[in-house]
Amino acid sequence: MTMDNKRVFDTKVQYLKYKVLREVARSAWNGTLLEDLLDIPMRIVPGKTPTMRCCVYKERAILAERVKIAMGGSRDSQNVIEVIDIACDECPAAGYEVTDSCRGCLAHRCEDVCPRGAISFDHDHTAHIDKSKCVECGRCSKVCPYSAITNRVRPCQNACKIKAISINEEGAAAIDKDKCISCGACVYQCPFGAITDKSYILDVIDLIRKSRSGKDYKLYAAVAPSISSQFTYAGLGQVVKGLKVLGFHTVVEAALGADLVACTESRELVEKGFLTSSCCPAFVAYIKSAFPELEEHISHDLSPMAAIAKYIKDSEPNAKVVFIGPCTAKKTEVMKKEVRPYVDAALTFEELQALFDSRDIDLTGLEDDVLDNASYFGRIFARSGGLSDAVSEALKEQGIDDFELSACACSGIEECRTALMKKKRGVLSENFIEGMACTGGCIGGAGCLTHGEKNKAQVDAYGRQALEKTISDAVSVLKLL
Amino acid sequence: MVIIQICVGSSCHLKGSEDIIELLKNEIDARGLENEVTLAGSFCAGKCNREGVTITVDDEVYTGVTRESFSEFFRKAVLEKSGK
Repeated sequence: MTMDNKRVFDTKVQYLKYKVLREVARSAWNGTLLEDLLDIPMRIVPGKTPTMRCCVYKERAILAERVKIAMGGSRDSQNVIEVIDIACDECPAAGYEVTDSCRGCLAHRCEDVCPRGAISFDHDHTAHIDKSKCVECGRCSKVCPYSAITNRVRPCQNACKIKAISINEEGAAAIDKDKCISCGACVYQCPFGAITDKSYILDVIDLIRKSRSGKDYKLYAAVAPSISSQFTYAGLGQVVKGLKVLGFHTVVEAALGADLVACTESRELVEKGFLTSSCCPAFVAYIKSAFPELEEHISHDLSPMAAIAKYIKDSEPNAKVVFIGPCTAKKTEVMKKEVRPYVDAALTFEELQALFDSRDIDLTGLEDDVLDNASYFGRIFARSGGLSDAVSEALKEQGIDDFELSACACSGIEECRTALMKKKRGVLSENFIEGMACTGGCIGGAGCLTHGEKNKAQVDAYGRQALEKTISDAVSVLKLL
Repeated sequence: MVIIQICVGSSCHLKGSEDIIELLKNEIDARGLENEVTLAGSFCAGKCNREGVTITVDDEVYTGVTRESFSEFFRKAVLEKSGK
């Protein structure tokens, strides 16, 4: 199977990143990574004709940086998201500007609508924006009948709604690591692939190798429910089989951890009266950095990933667990001291695709395996609103009827900010904030192969296929472990 | 003390591990074996079968346990073993 012919990824940037990861993984399996290091860029960009940059030498220089990040990136920086300085195209970032589409009309709607008097007209009647007065509100752009006023914003800065990206002295993007929540929005949005997430794919290969097919320890894959909207060219059963072919002992749904979280979080909510969810590590990081006064309201629960991994290790102390999901922020979460004992590494779906292909595992040719541990409610955690639905169900199932859940489900970090701001000011009417940093929830995660319209429907359909219809039925097996 | 580990991984789960857990609990209750038997779960014994559930009793693995074959399994694997 040649991946070149498959529309596995949304963008060519993802595809390039994938090729680097695949080559690094291939060399690691062969035990020749050290020898191959300098050849990998040449393997990906052979010949003399550039296809991406000014010349093949720059292309290869950038690829060398990508190889480094595929191998874990800079050891100096703890931040999972990194800028490749030489890959940054230093996009224009002037904000609102009048283009030569301005016809010099009579109406001057732009001037009338500007709240700061920043618009003037020159001798040929064309508009100008005085940047010292402009507050970038964008009203002039909206009213211009010729669409003559554009907003030049860097895609990375536009993607980063919490404003952690600035421009350094050289003109390249720079990430403020104290603000960055590792959500990966900039990674997915940068059209030059100049911002990327560090990969721990080599750690995973090492974990697979050292388990010696389960002889030394059993290696578990805990997969996020958003997997149901991924690898759509194959069946989910084939993905599960593929993971076992790779060397995992078995595959467990992180959604079962979500079922568990729904139970404990609902009880915590009743006890405290107000709660913010703790499933999304980027949302948790955002509260801690931007709203420290609200930190006490964060649920004390482990995330579904950590909860299921803890259960696996409680039942089998020798086990190792790799989380596989759509999320770049999980790579940061697994480094936290309260999570580290349970989860040994975090991998994205992008990286899993590279791992499959590094072993030439063609999912479409595999037999179907099965995956069924969680309930409908655990599975729909993958999309916005699912966690709130699950908490509501858990309250019902536990017979708690003297507490009225009023959930504020926030899809994307901007909605999270609005809700947190209201809470801070004491004007939030809801008693539960479901915070998901990615738009649409985890299915919008930066580590997804695809981000499609249909993904939510696929998650819901997968939820309905669950054998267990209630949360209590799904978690009842855990009481044995 | 006999340790009975029931597989609750995906494959066994879909083939009825919960039914088997219930049968085990009932049987243990009825015979008053609470102090002689410990029930535990595992996420995959690595012996996925076409039919039934995998159960490990101490170090011995029994595959394909169904509602129908349960009584025989219990007699052989648990009662005889614990000398009852």
